[in-house]
Amino acid sequence: MRRLVTWWAPLGRSGQAALVWVTLMLLLALAAPLVAPHDPGQQSLLDSYFGPSPAHLLGCDGLGRDVLSRLLLGARTSLLGPALVVCCALLVGIPLALAAAWSGGWVDGVIARVFDLVYALPGLLLAVLTVALFGPGLTPAVVALSIAYIPFLARIVRAAARQQRVSPYVDALAVQGFGVLRITVRHILRNIVPVVVGQAAIAFGYALLDLASLSYLGLAVQAPTPDWGVMVSDTDALMQGQWLPVVAPGVLVVLTVLALTVLGTRIAGERTPYLRRGRARRRRPQSASAPAGTAGVAA
Amino acid sequence: MARLLLHRLGGLVTTLLLSSVVIFGSLYLAPGSPENVLFGNRTPSAAARAAVRHRLHLDQPLPVRYWDWLTGVLHGDLGTSMVTGQPVADRVGSGLGTTALLVLFASLLVVVLGLGLGLLGAVRPGRLDGAVSAVSAVSVSVPPFVAATVLISVFAVRLGWLPASGRGNGLDGLVLPAVALALLSCGFLAQVTRNAVGEQLGREHVQTALARGLPRAAVLRSHVLRNALPPIVTAIGLLVAGMFASTLVVESAFALPGIGQLTIQSVAQKDFPVVQAVALLLVAAFVICNALSDLVQALIDPRLRTAGRTA
Repeated sequence: MRRLVTWWAPLGRSGQAALVWVTLMLLLALAAPLVAPHDPGQQSLLDSYFGPSPAHLLGCDGLGRDVLSRLLLGARTSLLGPALVVCCALLVGIPLALAAAWSGGWVDGVIARVFDLVYALPGLLLAVLTVALFGPGLTPAVVALSIAYIPFLARIVRAAARQQRVSPYVDALAVQGFGVLRITVRHILRNIVPVVVGQAAIAFGYALLDLASLSYLGLAVQAPTPDWGVMVSDTDALMQGQWLPVVAPGVLVVLTVLALTVLGTRIAGERTPYLRRGRARRRRPQSASAPAGTAGVAA
Repeated sequence: MARLLLHRLGGLVTTLLLSSVVIFGSLYLAPGSPENVLFGNRTPSAAARAAVRHRLHLDQPLPVRYWDWLTGVLHGDLGTSMVTGQPVADRVGSGLGTTALLVLFASLLVVVLGLGLGLLGAVRPGRLDGAVSAVSAVSVSVPPFVAATVLISVFAVRLGWLPASGRGNGLDGLVLPAVALALLSCGFLAQVTRNAVGEQLGREHVQTALARGLPRAAVLRSHVLRNALPPIVTAIGLLVAGMFASTLVVESAFALPGIGQLTIQSVAQKDFPVVQAVALLLVAAFVICNALSDLVQALIDPRLRTAGRTA
């Protein structure tokens, strides 16, 4: 219970709300087949653009498919994709960043230059090119975005780890004969966990945004599969003045990205500019020294 | 300054060359031979296939083809579209104007609104600042495709004020796309501006100047804004560069005949020569934007002129 309180309270009211929203979305995505009132693929042309009713809480789309069920099932691809992107980027990025921060010198120089180079390429463009090569689908899009997001995460991790690297406790551990791996993983990485988790949450939001854009363009998740990006691309409904089937998934994208950004900035300890007013929360000293997102933009 | 310029120019050319190698190489290492696009579902005779491969120079080794392509590009010859048979330069040229105008329009919106809102938030703490911050926080979470959908739904379908697709007459067709493109960047710039200006406002030399009774407007202009500019310029450079990538989405949403739509079409048709040219063009736009923002930084901040790098 104490542990819960130590990380729940510093999130602040907005951070707590964001966490609740993200958790809710993840739970709904997991339980989607159980909660969905209808089969998301079931068409009935008689119900075409049927408005909200007790049977169909958010109405039906042009093919008479239940919008609410499609939103619930769509959460699965919409959230799974970016989650994979962040995991892959972390798996490659953290070891590279730690290696760069630990060794310094030319190793650090080379890794930092490569990060800068990849960082200079927009992820969306990289993903579109990959799709041109391997054809549309969730897999090529996820792979391309994973590569594009490595520097987004690793640059921050490298900066934070470099600060830890020069602090006395690291020297003390090294003098005591602890190995490189043990010091970096068990001490340095542990101390920068808030930075990593926070930046990962922000990356999750941006990856969600990019993947949804790709699905919207018809380059990632393909049409009959329910997905938020795919649902927004229903121009037929849009032109018919039926805004609910297209705007509802868009709103979910916006709210989830917003929640992830707020949560990420809260965890990383960067005072969110739009929430600074009022209670300035004191955080425990060792994590407060971590340089939050600011270094990424300025460098 | 001249050294910095040369340094930047060198870096720019290197990045472009590197990305051209990557783009050229990867497109031709892709599974499935490019000539299959021409044959479609038919299975050609060996002789026909060989003839086509010869015509597309596919029978030559990769470095030779890359060299031919590169010299061609430098002479303004971007190759021929495999789908329409038109010169790529013509197809790209016809979309360039639309995209450039769209990005310019959106950039103006971003600079005016983003800077304005950010400044407003920084100098008027309290409720106004809170409102500005909330609005910018939400708008950074609205991807261009959602913004485009909502704008079309409200202003094109419901109210019928502006066209939902195509160029329309004059600038009509560009208003909604520019807003959809600018929304996210506006919010981002407002946040950056607000933080940068807010930080400078708290600095000692600003407090001293205010305490000595210098007019607030003068202090803001020459002490606060001037010092707050570097992060703002960096942000503008990154945002404008990012908008070139977002034209892929926005032009498709509004069916605007620009580079972005051409890219998506060519990707769908596997029209490799066009994809190559457009991808290189977008990367070039991206790199040039970043280099320009670095140069402007150096103009603003003399300390950066001697050092080659900002970091």
